[in-house]
Amino acid sequence: MYVYMGHMRWSDIKPYEDWFWIKNRIDLVEDWVTSIDYQKKSINTKSGKSFSFDKLILALGSKPNKFGWPGQELKAVQGLYSKQDLESLEEISASTKQAVIVGGGLIGVELAEMLLSRGIKVTFLVREKKFWSNVLPMQEADLISRHIRKHHVDLRFETELAEIIDDGNGRAGAVITKSGEKIPCQLVGLTAGVSPNIDLVKESELETKNGILINTFFETNIADVYSIGDCAQFREPVAGRRALEQVWYTGRIMGETLAQTICGTRKQYNPGPWFNSAKFFDIEYQTYGNVNPTLSENEIEFYWEQAGGEKCIHFVWDKNTGIFKGINTFGIRMRHELFDQWLRKNALIDEVMMNLKAANFDPEFYTHHEQEIIEAFNRASGKNIQLKPKTWWRNLLNA
Amino acid sequence: MKLVKNIGLVLFLVGLTIFTSLVFTGDFKMTDEIMRSNLSESELLNLETRLTSEVVEKNYSTSLSFGNDVIRIYNETNQQFRDAQQWDKVMYTAPKEFASKLARASSAGWIPQHKSLLFFLTFGLGILGSLMFVLAELKLGGPAGIKNNGVYHSAATNRGWIGISAFVFLVSFYILLYYFPFALTNVIGVVDPVKHLFNPADFASQWFLYGFMYCTVMIVMGARMIIKYRHNNYQIVRTIVVVFFQVIFAFLLVEILPLFDLPARDLKNAWPLDYSFLFEWNVTELLDSGHFGKFLFVWGIVLSLVIIPVMVYFYGKRWYCSWVCGCGGLAETLGDPYRQLSNKKLWAWKLERWMIHGVLVFAIIMTIFTGYLTYNVIQNPTMESKEYLFGFSAYDVRELYGFLIGSIFAGVIGTGFYPIFGNRTWCRFGCPLAAYMGLVQRFKSRFRITTNGGQCISCGNCSTYCEQGIDVRAYAQKGQNIVRSSCVGCGVCAAVCPRGVLKLENGPEANRFGNEGPIVLGNNGFELNQ
Ligand SMILES: Cc1cc2nc3c(=O)[nH]c(=O)nc-3n(C[C@H](O)[C@H](O)[C@H](O)COP(=O)(O)OP(=O)(O)OC[C@H]3O[C@@H](n4cnc5c(N)ncnc54)[C@H](O)[C@@H]3O)c2cc1C
Ligand code: SF4
Ligand code: SF4
Repeated sequence: MYVYMGHMRWSDIKPYEDWFWIKNRIDLVEDWVTSIDYQKKSINTKSGKSFSFDKLILALGSKPNKFGWPGQELKAVQGLYSKQDLESLEEISASTKQAVIVGGGLIGVELAEMLLSRGIKVTFLVREKKFWSNVLPMQEADLISRHIRKHHVDLRFETELAEIIDDGNGRAGAVITKSGEKIPCQLVGLTAGVSPNIDLVKESELETKNGILINTFFETNIADVYSIGDCAQFREPVAGRRALEQVWYTGRIMGETLAQTICGTRKQYNPGPWFNSAKFFDIEYQTYGNVNPTLSENEIEFYWEQAGGEKCIHFVWDKNTGIFKGINTFGIRMRHELFDQWLRKNALIDEVMMNLKAANFDPEFYTHHEQEIIEAFNRASGKNIQLKPKTWWRNLLNA
Repeated sequence: MKLVKNIGLVLFLVGLTIFTSLVFTGDFKMTDEIMRSNLSESELLNLETRLTSEVVEKNYSTSLSFGNDVIRIYNETNQQFRDAQQWDKVMYTAPKEFASKLARASSAGWIPQHKSLLFFLTFGLGILGSLMFVLAELKLGGPAGIKNNGVYHSAATNRGWIGISAFVFLVSFYILLYYFPFALTNVIGVVDPVKHLFNPADFASQWFLYGFMYCTVMIVMGARMIIKYRHNNYQIVRTIVVVFFQVIFAFLLVEILPLFDLPARDLKNAWPLDYSFLFEWNVTELLDSGHFGKFLFVWGIVLSLVIIPVMVYFYGKRWYCSWVCGCGGLAETLGDPYRQLSNKKLWAWKLERWMIHGVLVFAIIMTIFTGYLTYNVIQNPTMESKEYLFGFSAYDVRELYGFLIGSIFAGVIGTGFYPIFGNRTWCRFGCPLAAYMGLVQRFKSRFRITTNGGQCISCGNCSTYCEQGIDVRAYAQKGQNIVRSSCVGCGVCAAVCPRGVLKLENGPEANRFGNEGPIVLGNNGFELNQ
């Protein structure tokens, strides 16, 4: 994204300088694996090389979903996942004035922002009632939808792709929606989710379902073969988690955990409280704990939105016990460590609200909204919580 | 709006072209009368014959050629005296200043008669045009937020041809300013109308021109900075403050103080950045200037030895580097478009540590030499060869420092190379004050950049836009805080981070470094920090 938009060069997005791998005795090989021989414990690559292994970790990632739409194999129809996708996007952009993006999730909004940065008009088809309202509660989905429109994206709700039409030269020329509308375009972005990229191992003795099946030690059905990240599917997910976890943070946590096993201390996947983040154009989003699109029965919520409609906070807690369950925050940064601690020790919503000042992570001199939030909270809940003065947040960690 | 922006660009370029062409045009003719009224008695005695036969009444079309002739004669004459060991006749005015004085007096024709018009055609158009260009972004740039689209696609900011041109322009300007100021005679004359506002009897010098340009550039580019980061109050406040300090302290006060017969000093300029603080002329002038002068002398000492370390302890060196300092101020305004060009590689960090601490050591040694000289001048006025310490002349040491560090490094490389090496080359590799504050910041300070638990996604924005070349991501992706001597606290890493991972803050020294273990927050499989 940032390379395409000109914020960075390719070399800037590498997480380490190239010498890092050599220094740490890691052979970084750029090649395609074409087959794996589990008996001989070796893998073969496209360039004809073969490597033997004692242990194998499969972290194959995902690939963009395609749902069998007519025309999905045309030129200028693509997902956004790999470096190859980026290169082809770069090539197609030059001859593109209008684009249609299909599928309203994180990748779709990212693609929209990218294309706009090149002056390409974007029509964004979203199946849900509001942008990402399958994940976000309606209030937040609405706030983000408004923000996306503010950036002049033609955002269409409850609109699905029916087919992609050839422009006569084998390239996409328009899309037709399920309601029959024809939208001309020279580029179609398919961003309706991703699924595990397991073609390499599907027809082998490795057990797969949607992804590569693993236990909570990341072990597959074959000894010494592990799988982590987007392509892995837990046979039995850990409590409160999904079988497929296709986000960056869980991928990293899996990697950190498995590294311990590989180095001789067998460790089980045991992630802490859920957290995630994203950025929608100019609005940053962080979440800690669970805020589901609809409240479950014993949950209660408090939602606050800033007058300008560009910031909001959504708290959810247990109706009976008052235990804090989760927070969504848009346009206001919050401290991960504090929320992590509160979620782990089952802190009550009152404690969270009281310490909002310490939890704030916005840069210095930012406008603070805690007082406003707490007043609205007290009005809504009938409580009388007073904000604690801004203590140095670390004092709270062990309190 | 696009039109406004383009008109602005054209106006700016017209102003810049006229400004530049002034260096290459003009009418310079020294009459006999001008020569007699501008030379001192001894100078006249030494130079009259040659000047009269070779320069007087001759027409020059640039001040550069005029000045070169004058300097040649001046130097050759001096050399003759030296060769003849006529030490009492040798002249000690700096040749470039001598030439500047004569060039200004000899300027004739249209240009010196239309200074106000030319002021409007250069500075006026330049300021108007660049403001239009900058303000148009308010509308064109879309809603407030990070505005880095196309930074690496633009020839202006990716070391493309525009960047290279800007580099050539800036370097040439600095070379003329420092070593051939007489070449700028016309340009300096253009700001005479401004100088007259302070003192109708006085004329602008190259340093007045420089100071005035510095301020206008910082105001215009400061406006650009504020518009670019208008969603970020830290950047807004910081930019206003740093421009304020430049305009009020470094420019206006320095112009106003002499009107009250007080020594013209920039009160915020601290040793060792202000390397001439202990020079004998500085100290004697201050001590001879009554209460205010003595106050300035004490203030200078207290500023460097007490205020600076104490403030760095509480707030980090950012309070100076990004909020007060003139060099930092220019880097944060004019230099902002180039911040991504700083080198992030490990070798650059290693080089940086050798260089900047080397300069600090050099500055201290140089100061010891000049301090010794100054002490002798005041305490042992009768002593001979006051300047010799360990066999070296304090004059030589400080001249070397002034040339290598004061002008080449701080000016030509520090600013001229913005479009190539990024905007903080001097602050990162050369500034001895930054080195000094960096040591305090690294080892004894409450400042740190806190990393927000496990939220970093290793995207690289922070490292890319760190003007000090700090690989911020290397820390953030491990959940570690950023505690680095070179961090000037500009806050841009925190601004560009798309995940809200970074926060500049002051707090207790305990736990300053954040996560020290290999495991980032969010993983229950391990106890944190064990
Ligand atoms: C545009 C986009 C935006 C996203 N935004 C967010 C976000 O905001 N927050 C978030 O939490 N997550 C986000 N994600 C998801 C996140 O990037 C993934 O969950 C994460 O990268 C998965 O890591 P992984 O290591 O499992 O797989 P990947 O990072 O996909 O790595 C898989 C690697 O395997 C290689 N590979 C595959 N097959 C072969 C083969 N046969 N031979 C050799 N190599 C092979 C691939 O080339 C690739 O390098 C985003 C994803 C995309 C595409
Ligand atoms: S680390 Fe951040 S605050 Fe410090 S100099 Fe770099 S960008 Fe500025
Ligand atoms: S900008 Fe933020 S998310 Fe990106 S690498 Fe830096 S700290 Fe991490």
